Amino acid sequence: MQRQLIHWSLGTWDVLEAQDRIRFEQLVLPHLDSAANLARWLLRNRADSEDVVQEAMLRAYRFFDRFHGGDARAWLLQIVRNTCYTWLQKNRPSGLMTEFNEEVHQRPSATPETVAAQADERQRLMLALESLSPRSREVLVLRELEGCSYKEIGEITGIPIGTVMSTLSRARERLQRTLTAAAAKEML
Amino acid sequence: MNCELTKTTVHGYFDGELDAVRSTEFESHLESCLECQAELKEIESLRALLHNSNLYEHASPQFRERLRKQLAQATGAERVDAVSSRKWFLAPAFSVLAAAAAALMIVLLLSPSRTQSARISAELIDAHVRSLQPGHLTDVQSTDQHTVKPWFDGKLDFIPPVSDYSEQGFSLLGGRLDVVDGHNVAALVYARRKHFVNLFIWPARESEGLPDNSGSRRGYNWSAWQSGDMRFCLVSDAAATDLRELKGLMHR
Repeated sequence: MQRQLIHWSLGTWDVLEAQDRIRFEQLVLPHLDSAANLARWLLRNRADSEDVVQEAMLRAYRFFDRFHGGDARAWLLQIVRNTCYTWLQKNRPSGLMTEFNEEVHQRPSATPETVAAQADERQRLMLALESLSPRSREVLVLRELEGCSYKEIGEITGIPIGTVMSTLSRARERLQRTLTAAAAKEML
Repeated sequence: MNCELTKTTVHGYFDGELDAVRSTEFESHLESCLECQAELKEIESLRALLHNSNLYEHASPQFRERLRKQLAQATGAERVDAVSSRKWFLAPAFSVLAAAAAALMIVLLLSPSRTQSARISAELIDAHVRSLQPGHLTDVQSTDQHTVKPWFDGKLDFIPPVSDYSEQGFSLLGGRLDVVDGHNVAALVYARRKHFVNLFIWPARESEGLPDNSGSRRGYNWSAWQSGDMRFCLVSDAAATDLRELKGLMHR
């Protein structure tokens, strides 16, 4: 009887765990692309961002019982963002301090080939985006690539909703200026 | 730049985030403000550039696969951890467990139908969850009750009642066979907004004598009842009120 009881309770546990797992797979996993995109742009590097997204996903799974319905994408992106900033603080603390990041333009990978490739508009845009501060970059990526509303951006980044508009305005202005400067440089 | 709105409001307008009043106000301002007009054009072309440059980074299939394995491993590992870390107190706890088992046995003997219904509702939730796995939801896929109902003919020793309630917000998606408590049951699947609802139907057996009941477990709600000589049970992650509504529709 005791054995049976223990087995029975483990069985129920399995069922409940399977339910959670499936709910997680239905609600959270569909937003994996959004997670990958945000992390890639925050960390400016795919390999690092995959490690961070993996960690964020495991964290999301562990804390899944704290998700009480609502916007699963915003909930997940909030975790992804926090995990990204923790990673940045540990691995690239200097990048977090500066408002504008010159280091990007002097990366050792700038061989003649990549310089030639920078003529490509897309490449130029990527560099311009990457040169922005993480705070500017994240609002731009969330708004323009992810299509988030101001409310969602506020929820994900913790920026008060009243400030999202001005943050976004500054970020766009900076991106615009960087692009113009890059184009001028090329003309020389 | 002198216009203050150029720095802020034009962005809210562009993003469709202004309320109707502010939006109208801004539009009349825009007519006469060259700065704002220029800014609007600029952010429009910036957006077009961002959208057309293929910057979105999707998760690669390799990464997806790696993540799937990691998740499976992590959930498995957590369980092993939980069990092994409990081992040390298992011995003294065993007497407690034995006492609890004895107490539970008395409860079991006193109210067999209660525990039986708990077991069956757990099984039904299990069946519901299983049905949500890809390709498991329906054996016959049709929104037409006159297609779904005959499909069951010859597959079960009873014919379940089948109705579509699309107009009331519960669309019939199809049906399938399932096994609950060792017996074949009919399962009808309804869509309620973005939720799936499974309706399990089987002939009541005398030994069951189950009371009507409903409840929830880990986000899944169920509602079970008997009508005539048939048993019905709804299971879904939709709200309990939705289940009550569907039950009400069936008895109208």
